[in-house]
Amino acid sequence: MDGKGKITVRCKDLCKTFYAKNRKQDEENEVIRNLNLEVRENEFLVLFGPGQCGKTTILNLMAGLVEPTSGEIEVNGKKVDGPSKDRGMVYQTTALFPWMSVMKNVSFGPRMQGVKKAEWKKRAQYYIDLVGLTGFEDSYPVKLSGGMQQRVGIARAYCNDPDVIFMDEPFGHLDAQTRYLMEEEIEKICSKEKRTVIFVTNNVEEAIYLADRIVVLTDMPTTVKKEYMIEIPRPRDYTSKQFLSLREEITQCVEISGTFEEAGHGDE
Amino acid sequence: MKKSKKYMVISTISMVCFFVLWEMVTDVLHLFPVYSMPSPIKTFQAFFIKLVNPSPDGSVLLVHVAASLQVALTGYIFGAVVGIPLGILMAWYKPVDLFVKPIFDLVRPIPPIGWVPIMILLLGIDLKSKAMVIFVSAVIPCIINSYSGIKQTSEVHINVGKTFGLTKFEILRKIAIPTALPMIFTGLRVSLGVAWMTLVAAELVAATKGLGYMLQIARTIGRPDIIVMGMLVIAGVGAILTGTLEFLEKKFVRR
Repeated sequence: MDGKGKITVRCKDLCKTFYAKNRKQDEENEVIRNLNLEVRENEFLVLFGPGQCGKTTILNLMAGLVEPTSGEIEVNGKKVDGPSKDRGMVYQTTALFPWMSVMKNVSFGPRMQGVKKAEWKKRAQYYIDLVGLTGFEDSYPVKLSGGMQQRVGIARAYCNDPDVIFMDEPFGHLDAQTRYLMEEEIEKICSKEKRTVIFVTNNVEEAIYLADRIVVLTDMPTTVKKEYMIEIPRPRDYTSKQFLSLREEITQCVEISGTFEEAGHGDE
Repeated sequence: MKKSKKYMVISTISMVCFFVLWEMVTDVLHLFPVYSMPSPIKTFQAFFIKLVNPSPDGSVLLVHVAASLQVALTGYIFGAVVGIPLGILMAWYKPVDLFVKPIFDLVRPIPPIGWVPIMILLLGIDLKSKAMVIFVSAVIPCIINSYSGIKQTSEVHINVGKTFGLTKFEILRKIAIPTALPMIFTGLRVSLGVAWMTLVAAELVAATKGLGYMLQIARTIGRPDIIVMGMLVIAGVGAILTGTLEFLEKKFVRR
């Protein structure tokens, strides 16, 4: 928030090109080009960009699920070279295990680390309470609504006590009403449980409502277009003047960057 | 509750119709010669007589049932114990897949009964040869279903496992196998059906005991009542086996 503090995640000249072998020709798909990004400790960073830019790919790169073509990612000074339990992820679609109860889903991380039962139960219960699912410990994911399922996903990521949590459009599949509710909820959670969060979205309001800082991305090949520090005091009001003018500004920024990129492609 | 009662009534009516029709064409209208088609009453009589009387094939009914079950379950369990892990490993580890697939593809089109002659030559006509034939028939659905069950594991779930720091083997154990469990049970069910059917066919060819053998002897001496009774017993035992498995499945798999 204050622009100082330790840097948790650092991306240096990050590039990613996917190569797909088709029947006759090799296809190249340049998704990310020279992305530089620094995320401070306990910062809520929103990656905001047009629909099909490589937002998810950036998260997958940082999570270590995908290897960069060139460039480097460091988390807490250590180079990322594969997935790790220090980096949690909340997914776009519900990624809960349908054969496990809420309690078992949330405690998955600690259980896999061999934490003692009394301990993981306590920890999981704390996060289940935190996301407001008290009383649903023994329910199975199919019985829960979309919003509740995402709460479980969030609790699961937190319960493993990671240094960074990546959230990949976690509310993208929810209806508008639930979405507002979840945005409030996540803000509450984040103020109680300070963590470095990198949140991906294509919804301006969501971005402004949640972010300490918004990084606007360009179309593919994706790179940083512009950054906004959001200094509106929390909890934020969707209809305040500051909010609306910022919304206008960021929307325009994305639209302009979109057209520029397309024009650039035409010339090549 | 009301609906299931309605189904019960309809099923009962259909069963009654079946037996009435059967009785009509045999005892009442005599459409078939007595030596080829028994009436339901004669069939039931044969059932009760065969429970205690070992003639004409040397064993009472329960001995035949036990002999058949022993062979079928030996081959079946053996097939499941080999087939399920093999299917899982093939789906999870590419080299295993590449190694086993060619052999599997070569063997798969051979109908299980086609194995009977070579097994008799190799192992004689006792339990071993038939159990091996059952094994071949049971192992294939087990492999196929556990293979495709593991392949169904969602990419996202695998990624979740990875971000929680799980190794490839841990992901298999904690994520892929639970995902595959319903399919594995489907495989077990299909296998059981196939095993039971193959068994009777194998016993028709080579046996000294068992339901298939009982049918075969009854045919040679012209006892259609024992044949039809035997068929009904085969159907009944098959249904009981499937029912047991479904019961187990409900206990172990939650959907």
